[in-house]
Amino acid sequence: MAEEEPTEETETLKPFWSGVVTFGLVGVPVSLFPATRGTTLRLRMVDAQGSFLERRFFGADDDNVLAADDLVRGYEVEKDRFVIVEDDELEALDPEKSREIELAQFVALHALSPLYFERAYFLVPDGSTTKAYRLLAETLAQEERAGIATFVMRGKEYLCAIIAERGILRAETLRFADEVRSPEAIGLPPRVATDATAVAQFAKAIKGLQAKTLDRAELEDDRSARIVELAEKKLKSGTDVVPASADAEEIEESSTNVVDLMAVLKERLQGKLRARAAPAGRAAKPGAARADELEGKSKAALYEMAQSMAVPGRSAMSKAELIEALMDHKP
Amino acid sequence: MAARAMWKAVIQCGKLRVPVKLYSAIEDRNIRFRVLNRKDTQPVRQAMVNPETGDIVPHDETRRAYVGENGDRTILETSEIAALEPEPSRDIDIVAFLPTDQIDHRWYDRPYFLGPDGNSATYFAFVEAIEASALEGLARWVMRGKAYRGALRLHQGYPVLMSLRHADEVVAVENLEAPGGAALNPKELDMARQLIGMLAAELDLTDYHDAYRERVLELVDAKAKGGRRLKLVKPSTKKPSDDLSRALQASLKAVRKRA
Repeated sequence: MAEEEPTEETETLKPFWSGVVTFGLVGVPVSLFPATRGTTLRLRMVDAQGSFLERRFFGADDDNVLAADDLVRGYEVEKDRFVIVEDDELEALDPEKSREIELAQFVALHALSPLYFERAYFLVPDGSTTKAYRLLAETLAQEERAGIATFVMRGKEYLCAIIAERGILRAETLRFADEVRSPEAIGLPPRVATDATAVAQFAKAIKGLQAKTLDRAELEDDRSARIVELAEKKLKSGTDVVPASADAEEIEESSTNVVDLMAVLKERLQGKLRARAAPAGRAAKPGAARADELEGKSKAALYEMAQSMAVPGRSAMSKAELIEALMDHKP
Repeated sequence: MAARAMWKAVIQCGKLRVPVKLYSAIEDRNIRFRVLNRKDTQPVRQAMVNPETGDIVPHDETRRAYVGENGDRTILETSEIAALEPEPSRDIDIVAFLPTDQIDHRWYDRPYFLGPDGNSATYFAFVEAIEASALEGLARWVMRGKAYRGALRLHQGYPVLMSLRHADEVVAVENLEAPGGAALNPKELDMARQLIGMLAAELDLTDYHDAYRERVLELVDAKAKGGRRLKLVKPSTKKPSDDLSRALQASLKAVRKRA
């Protein structure tokens, strides 16, 4: 089960990549954030008493916990013999591609085969102006084209298509041609003659199942919903429930980061972080931005803020009420 | 060499059945790294630890907890979670047939080819009927204890089952606001269009190779032979020009010259 192990993208809100998208001599400084995330259901691993557990790394034959600095990436060159590969070494293998997504070709959007799509990232503008970003997005949308490039991110080269959608640029990483198998390579048999009656029967069955639109409910995560239902039932009856720890930090840590990704994307798309760094930047609706920012926090985090600002009556407040109360307080 | 099937199943299309074998359409070529201890260059051991006591908790003594909004934890027994897992089945149920613009790339997860299991006449009759309909199927199946949704469509004349992401795994672009700012300069827009037009090409993915993978392997090889550490080049940070018009003009000129 994957969900109890926080994946990198939910753990950190740092961009996956920062650099420049170029077409011709035009450069668009951007950062990449994932457009997909793990399931929103996050179960935490606990011991029988309900204490949160954390993953630790140990040396092969001692019981000392290794610090982050002691951990390195390695490649097995022969059995039990490893070579260390450092981050800066990987970056130095192709410094250009580690910093630049050079769009050398623009292809028709519909030419991209579904089999090649791997993962999606949103591009947020980084420079002092969003003009070049908007120019590229607008042009790609009008021409119905995608820019193709290869670039290096976190020690791996990616093929990607830069696509514009609703004025927002996204990078869809694509599989390399040698990563996608062909029917021949798999050994699927050549076509054989078919019976017209059999084809007609299938045609009828297909017609019987025909629908106009995709019902989004079909893509709901039933398993997570069932687990939440079970957990809520047990919570109500007080079965196997461990009350919240007084340690607010722990609660904060356990809150889902999914909302945070959304909040970060919203901010970065509007260049909010830049505005904060340079106070001269535009701040059209500071109130709205602040509400958004608060909305992105967990209730526990909001409670903690309310506590530090001595908001009266905070312990009885709902999340919405906490946000409202905090809106009146300057950060 | 023919690939090995990973799973056998039966497509249920209305009342009709098509026995199939499932094959991964992807060949993973990622370089596998291990996490090592810097001191002895050997792989590390991982364990779940109670950070307060420092005690290692063996895997079969761990539980999962659902953390409610106020921080209360409900402990779920492994058996309780297992009881919620879907019933094993060999069926790939087709729920609907949809126009092909309904399921797009943002939902795509992993593609699988479907080949015939036994009678290939039935299989190809199904393929022909899908072809003629110009639709794609929305399918549901349970494989190795996990429930999947997928799009069933044809690729190079063969059925592909594309597993799909769950709704809540995809950040909806509809909820985001595009960067705003002053209206774009029509002249610059026109130049950008020209530039992209000149760089327009037919898509041929075989033009692109993962040259980096080779370089990583070369680096590893050199280091294994006791070669010296590579000289590190500081990545250049070219500062893009803020003068869009000039950059566009210069780009057009450069591309024309090349043509």
